[in-house]
Amino acid sequence: MADKDESSNYIVPAADSKSKALLLRYPISLPDFGSGGKTNQWRLQMPVIDQDKCIKCIICWADCPEATIHRKSDDSVEINYDYCKGCGICANECPTKAIRMVDE
Amino acid sequence: MQTKVITGSRSVATAVMLAKPEVIAAYPVTPQTEIVEDIATFIEEKRLGSRFIKVDSEHSAMGACIGASSAGARTFTATSSQGLLYMDEVVHWAAHARLPIVMAVATRALAAPWSILNEHTDFMTQLTSGWIQIMAENNQDALDSMLQAYKIGEDPRVTLPVMVGLDGFILTHTSMPVEIPEQADIDSFLGERKPEFEIDVERPFTFGNVIDERYYIDMRHKMFESMQAAKEVIGSVSNEYKRLAGREYSMLECYNCDDAEHIIVSIGASSGDAREASDRLRKEGVKAGAVRIRVIRPFPSEEIAKALGGAETVTVVERSLSVGGGNILAHEIRSALYSAHGPEEAPFVKGFITGLGGKDITPNDYINMVGITRERPTGDEWFGLTGG
Amino acid sequence: MKEIVFYGRGGHGAVMASELTAIAAYKAGMQSQAFPFFGGERRGAPVKAFARIDTQPIRVHSQIYEPDIIVILDAELLKVARESVSSIALKAGGSIVINLPGRDAAEKYAAGLNANIGGLAFVDATSIARELGLVVAGWPVINTAMLGAMAKATGVIGLENMANAIEEYWPKPLADKNIEAARKGYEMCTALQRSGAEGGF
Repeated sequence: MADKDESSNYIVPAADSKSKALLLRYPISLPDFGSGGKTNQWRLQMPVIDQDKCIKCIICWADCPEATIHRKSDDSVEINYDYCKGCGICANECPTKAIRMVDE
Repeated sequence: MQTKVITGSRSVATAVMLAKPEVIAAYPVTPQTEIVEDIATFIEEKRLGSRFIKVDSEHSAMGACIGASSAGARTFTATSSQGLLYMDEVVHWAAHARLPIVMAVATRALAAPWSILNEHTDFMTQLTSGWIQIMAENNQDALDSMLQAYKIGEDPRVTLPVMVGLDGFILTHTSMPVEIPEQADIDSFLGERKPEFEIDVERPFTFGNVIDERYYIDMRHKMFESMQAAKEVIGSVSNEYKRLAGREYSMLECYNCDDAEHIIVSIGASSGDAREASDRLRKEGVKAGAVRIRVIRPFPSEEIAKALGGAETVTVVERSLSVGGGNILAHEIRSALYSAHGPEEAPFVKGFITGLGGKDITPNDYINMVGITRERPTGDEWFGLTGG
Repeated sequence: MKEIVFYGRGGHGAVMASELTAIAAYKAGMQSQAFPFFGGERRGAPVKAFARIDTQPIRVHSQIYEPDIIVILDAELLKVARESVSSIALKAGGSIVINLPGRDAAEKYAAGLNANIGGLAFVDATSIARELGLVVAGWPVINTAMLGAMAKATGVIGLENMANAIEEYWPKPLADKNIEAARKGYEMCTALQRSGAEGGF
């Protein structure tokens, strides 16, 4: 079986021989991006940030259930559109309405 | 080596003291209570350095053991009856997570109605759990099996939890002479637990994540293979233990079996009564033997086929019941014999359901059951009903 | 194998008596087993406890139905104890050791028994316990006095082995008191004489 599986990497992508030997014996897996594959395919609408209205409160960063909002060093934010599922929580929570949901 | 007249509960607690688990979590339930009390005393007297986690339930007790075992600790818990059933969900989880936790089960009947007395149904509810299951015959066996349990479960070919059953009251509350091994011998016998993985902040991983439908079956297959491999490990651990203690244990024990035409199969403390019955039957001219099943998971199918294959009848006496199914052991024994010898050659196997809820099983009861088997060798039966 | 059944009430120490018997037997170089009649402990309720002694390792774990020796700890429970005695057939030629205040009471008790009894001995264990202050929560703990009496009446275990077992079982001052009780029980234990050639009392 492949070490890396695009749609499921529950199994540890074997970084070392020790991990490889443990494959399928123990229910352990290493943390990695997008364990359910590229979930952007699930999206109907995408969030778009108006950086002029953003007050850098980072509420959207804290509330994103999939951790797809990246917080930069100056507290401005950026969305990872590979994994954002378009749930709209960020748009709903944004106090200045800086995030809009836009049809794909 | 020192011999003391102690109860089965004290025997288990003494084994725990010798095995030195880092973490113990347990919740009291009759007839297991004295095991936990004795361990608490040992810790209080600083004879045992374990961390004892007081928990609010059996479910939490096993949860604590799972956490500690995942972090690499050797662990122990004990329970009984309703407590085991309440714990059940995480009992299975521990096995699937391949954590070599050791648990003592003081067997007891299930409610309703309430009975605190002995029965094996609680132990038998765990046959599908993935735990190695050993049932002791006496206090010495309980102590020895507990120590072997750690060695078997922690073996890298196995890495499965081990449950040691002992008859509630009949062993837990009965005092008998028990030989206690030297601490130094047990230290070198068990060594440190060396897990293949453990929770480590430097090397984080997700534990017990979701797996998809392609691979789940493979993980269960690995478990199954490890359980099969445990048969060999149980044998080698037994040999090693024999060298330090002088006592030998196997998956099943045969008595008077070589030329036996009628063999009794039993499990647990009443097996000595079955041997007594076979001696008395021999005096009456009946070629009777007795087999005790000590390890029920992994099930010793080959050994059973060998031990029972030449008999005319097999009388399986069991203190447990699968309602609607009947005698649990008899089904598995029949299956082992049928697979090995085929329908023409396999002996008649008759199961008896008896001894539930503390009902005594005497040597005379065994003699009577063998008599019934010889008269009516097919179909399981009940024995010991009051007719109420 | 010798099988012994102890009758008493919760609080009298029948279970301890069986355990001490097992320890003493082991100290005497024999194999042994002791167990209570299983169930919840209840102070005051009639209780039974069992002991087995043998030269071979003991393999049976069923209860005892035909004991060689019956030890009755509680004279106040005489009626109950008597019914219990008849419900668990004493082995032919077996012995009874009973806690009774004197010969009259013992003879009255013996008169109601069948002729298969091999021996009957009595001792006033309650008085021994009271005199030595072996009283817990108002209950005289009479087990050790009865064990001394059993040692004399049946000879299955010597008094010294019994004293050693007591020493192992309890810490110092309490052990000494109980050893004293066992010695007094041994000294004061009296066997009833058989009344006729047929062996009845």
